[in-house]
Amino acid sequence: MTETNQPIIQIRNVSKRFGKVTAVDNISLDIRAGEFFVLLGPSGCGKTTLLRMIAGFEMPTEGQIIIDGQDMSLVPPNKRPVNMVFQSYAVFPHMNVTDNVGYGLRISGISKAETRDRVAEALELVKLGGFEDRMPDQMSGGQRQRVALARSLVMRPKVLLLDEPLSALDAKLRAQMQFELADLQDKVGITFVTVTHDQDEALSMASRVAVINKGEVAQLAPPSDLYEYPANRFVADFVGSVNIFEGTLTLDEPDKAAVDCPGLGKIYLNHGVTGPHGANVWIALRPEKIYLHVAGKGKAVRAAAQDAPDGHNLARGTIKGMSYLGDVTLYDIQLEGGQIIRVSRPNLSRHDQEDFTWDDKVSMHWRADSPVVLLS
Amino acid sequence: MFNRTAIAPLEYTRKLWMRSWVALTMLFLYAPLVVLMIFSFNDSKRNVMWKGFTLKYYEKALNNDSLVEAMVNSLTIAFLATMISLVIGALAAVMLWRFRFPFKGLVEGTMSLPIIVPEICLGVAFLIFFAKVDWPTDLAWPLNLSAITIAHITFCFPFVAMVVRARLASFNKEEEEAAKDLGATEWQAFRDVLLPHIKPSLVAGALLAFTLSLDDFVITFFTSGPDTITFPVKVYSMVRFSVTPEVNAASTILIILTVALTFIALKYQGVKGIAETH
Repeated sequence: MTETNQPIIQIRNVSKRFGKVTAVDNISLDIRAGEFFVLLGPSGCGKTTLLRMIAGFEMPTEGQIIIDGQDMSLVPPNKRPVNMVFQSYAVFPHMNVTDNVGYGLRISGISKAETRDRVAEALELVKLGGFEDRMPDQMSGGQRQRVALARSLVMRPKVLLLDEPLSALDAKLRAQMQFELADLQDKVGITFVTVTHDQDEALSMASRVAVINKGEVAQLAPPSDLYEYPANRFVADFVGSVNIFEGTLTLDEPDKAAVDCPGLGKIYLNHGVTGPHGANVWIALRPEKIYLHVAGKGKAVRAAAQDAPDGHNLARGTIKGMSYLGDVTLYDIQLEGGQIIRVSRPNLSRHDQEDFTWDDKVSMHWRADSPVVLLS
Repeated sequence: MFNRTAIAPLEYTRKLWMRSWVALTMLFLYAPLVVLMIFSFNDSKRNVMWKGFTLKYYEKALNNDSLVEAMVNSLTIAFLATMISLVIGALAAVMLWRFRFPFKGLVEGTMSLPIIVPEICLGVAFLIFFAKVDWPTDLAWPLNLSAITIAHITFCFPFVAMVVRARLASFNKEEEEAAKDLGATEWQAFRDVLLPHIKPSLVAGALLAFTLSLDDFVITFFTSGPDTITFPVKVYSMVRFSVTPEVNAASTILIILTVALTFIALKYQGVKGIAETH
């Protein structure tokens, strides 16, 4: 990727209020040139409003948006060096593919010959060669999206904005488009800013993700950090699935820490957390990081002891729910304290899902670096 | 035939009694028109018995100067009223669809008032209005038609506005934003995206306005003067003496004219396009 550290978009203390509703609440962030930036959040969190402010369709109530060093406060959408791919694609239904893609060039007075060449090039880029004369109603949703992409890319924007680009596609096509979009971004080197509520999409495509919650940035990080080092309970819960237990920090040293969770027992960590002693904290534990064992054979105890000298990272329970997903099986296990913990287990061999069934007594263990301690 | 599905309600093609019912309805609706057209070719002064084929009443009708003048007046009024209604109606529809402003509900309600108010009331209202303001009646053609045209615009444009408004409801605003995003000004976005979208409703609205204006009798009757007779008013005055085949011939011409016009519009716009507006 042609990524540099110079920010192409600077969002400075931007707020947007619709009447009494605050959609975006004092957000500041930088988007670097050439990166694939994703705004991730649940519906109604303000991510689309932020995108529309970058495009110029909404004006910030407060704050400033600077694109490529230029303050955009008084610049209308048709004068901004950004282009947008809309959620509905917004392909012009009365124009064929060529006219759709060439529209922006045509009205900005580019010569016919150049328009023709650039349209052909853009269509090639999105793999729509041969569709020049098609009308939008003769195309599938995926093809219409490519038209919308080509129509924006042909303008050679500094930033391409994509509003929920994959939400209307079926699962197979979505997976394929995720790769294609990332590939395309790599090829054209344009900064992409995408809005999505789908964490898979965000994790697979983004170079950095801003998780938005209630109009604020909950965390801004690369995808793997978001998953492995969530900053708070919202991010841990929103990105991937997670078990969260409340507890008290009882030990906190540079190389080890312990949390006492009433629901789960004593959790041992092989690193410090720099939180105040006795503080109320939360433990986040991903389902795939928990190992499942048949109860009463001592396997879990031995495995747990290998990680932590006192063998704390251990729990027992009864399987109350199971769902077989093919590649993994999810187990809902009732702990001795009554709480439910979710464990996912990869089906490495064909018969793995037969190992456990409803009402089986099981033991679980996890490594000392698996749990994440959250302070908020 | 084992795979025949059960007959659905109102699936008239597969029930004899329903087919007969449809045929009867069609007969009831169109028989008078067909009879009128057939008897325009009847070689008799009275519309009672078939006496043989002739075209002489067409000749007579076309040579009847006052009838032709009334026809020309009607077409002129219909054309002007349609054009002006189209502009006002479309603008009103776009305004009501796009903007929010105080008393919007009131504006919307009063705008469709001419559709609801009984024609006779509108007619009397126009009569009084034009008398009160001393609207000149002795102007040269076609300015002498202005009073009638204004009255026709009043009841035609709400229909245009209604049809266009319905069409606008299905407009995807992101298309307009996309145009602006690609560099279009407000005006260019309107011309290139919104206008093509509402085009079928403009055709449908124009058709409605034209036919409404062309065959309006009541309001026209109250607003027309001795020199501004329209076709329906003229036919009425002719029928007062007797229904001659001449009237039949003139009516047949009018029917063919409107049908042809509708046909051209449908052909040009596609039935689908116009159906979509409703």
